[in-house]
Amino acid sequence: MTSSVIIEQLKREKILELLSQGKRIDGRELHDQRSLSIETGVIPKANGSARVKLGDTEVVTGVKIQPDKPFPDLGDKGILICTAEILPLADPKAEPGPPGEEVIELARVVDRGIRETEMLDLKQLVLIKDKSVIGIFVDSSVLNTDGNLFDACSYAAVAAILSCTVPKYEIKDDAPVLVEGVTSKPPIKTTPVSVTMARIGDHIIVDPTADEEACMNARITITTNSDGNICALQKGGSDGFTIEQLIKCSEIALSVGTKIRKQLEQLM
Amino acid sequence: MTQLMNENGIRCDGRRIDQIRNVSIKVGVLKNADGSAYIEFGKNKILAGVFGPRDVHPKHMADQDSGILRCRYHMSPFSVTERKNPAPSRREIEISKVIKEALQSAVILKDFPRTVVDVFIEILQADGGSRCAALDAASVALVDAGIPMRDMVSACAAGKVADKIVLDVNDEEDKEGQADMPVAYMPNLGKITLMQLDGILTPDEYKKCLETAIGGCKQVYEIQKKALMEKYFKNGEA
Repeated sequence: MTSSVIIEQLKREKILELLSQGKRIDGRELHDQRSLSIETGVIPKANGSARVKLGDTEVVTGVKIQPDKPFPDLGDKGILICTAEILPLADPKAEPGPPGEEVIELARVVDRGIRETEMLDLKQLVLIKDKSVIGIFVDSSVLNTDGNLFDACSYAAVAAILSCTVPKYEIKDDAPVLVEGVTSKPPIKTTPVSVTMARIGDHIIVDPTADEEACMNARITITTNSDGNICALQKGGSDGFTIEQLIKCSEIALSVGTKIRKQLEQLM
Repeated sequence: MTQLMNENGIRCDGRRIDQIRNVSIKVGVLKNADGSAYIEFGKNKILAGVFGPRDVHPKHMADQDSGILRCRYHMSPFSVTERKNPAPSRREIEISKVIKEALQSAVILKDFPRTVVDVFIEILQADGGSRCAALDAASVALVDAGIPMRDMVSACAAGKVADKIVLDVNDEEDKEGQADMPVAYMPNLGKITLMQLDGILTPDEYKKCLETAIGGCKQVYEIQKKALMEKYFKNGEA
């Protein structure tokens, strides 16, 4: 990473100049993602884990599964909570302390993608209705930033869930007790895939790097499920999209998502 | 579970699928604010106050080349059924961010370097779609404050309820329905500046939902304009 302001400015000018010819600074096509590597089982003490590299953006996600009380109005469903944070070691601008609005948005968009696609059948995670359920906690930590944290965190979270094992709990005297050595596969219904795009001028580019994000007018993250439906969406950035651009983005999200889904489903 | 739609396609609150709730907007309701608006959108009751351009505190937030926009969306503890903790929740922080971004493309702040325009939104009573209603009030309050703008921002949600695409999702429909898509739109520039979705839609439903929401935004736009005319041209000066 270069820290010189002048070099960064020159780079941004170059990005815009190349885009006007339909090219990207790293040689990718407009709708190409960076190379995605997914490694699972990296944290054996977690019930599931994954380390994802999307270009130079790196994320590690761990899944912890433990008994919990259900939410008051959702006594017939297990608990699913996805969080995300940018570790202070990930970026010279990141600081320890309470999360800012960007980090909160990141965590909520990752959570929404997994929740709204109904990736997990939470009804299968109930131990005693209204009293005791299994909680699945999916915590993602960004280790290095180079743009598109949304997709990197989302793929890591999905990979960690797909590869996790659910410990068995039995009810004894109204309390859940762990049954040693018995695990099952998580109740997976679909594989959510998020695709984040940036609009720079009239161009829609997939998987923006940090430099491209610095030039973008607006951003959109669209999450699709295995049936080719659109399940979650978040627009960001200080400018807008036309209707035509939003429809094009949904088509790109579906076609790019299909490729990523294949890669993720190999982990099952 | 309540029945969300009857066999005649009438929704739980008596509306047709293409009908928005009653909306009324009043401009200039706060004496101390530079601009303000009060909106009732169904059962939503929301106040928006705009201050600035004014000095930025803390100073390090200031931009040497432009004014900045800040936005706070806050729910009163008594605005919902169960008392809400008054501290800003993660949901409120996210909504503050998306509302700010939705307004950013409308306001022109480059002539006010090193200043801030603060938009404060208070949800006094919440129904479904409070972020859209809040944005509608904030947009009118910015106009009332005399902030230069490229266009007004009008917001309305659409969604999927009982397998149908419906306009302006209410509280019950949001909780029990199949999808909710809040959209903010600049009607004269044809730009969507806020969009979110939760719920499952096919690609065709996605298009229809988006078009339906934009239709709602256009209806809200007329109500916003009328509210402004009411304050500024009520003596027939227009």
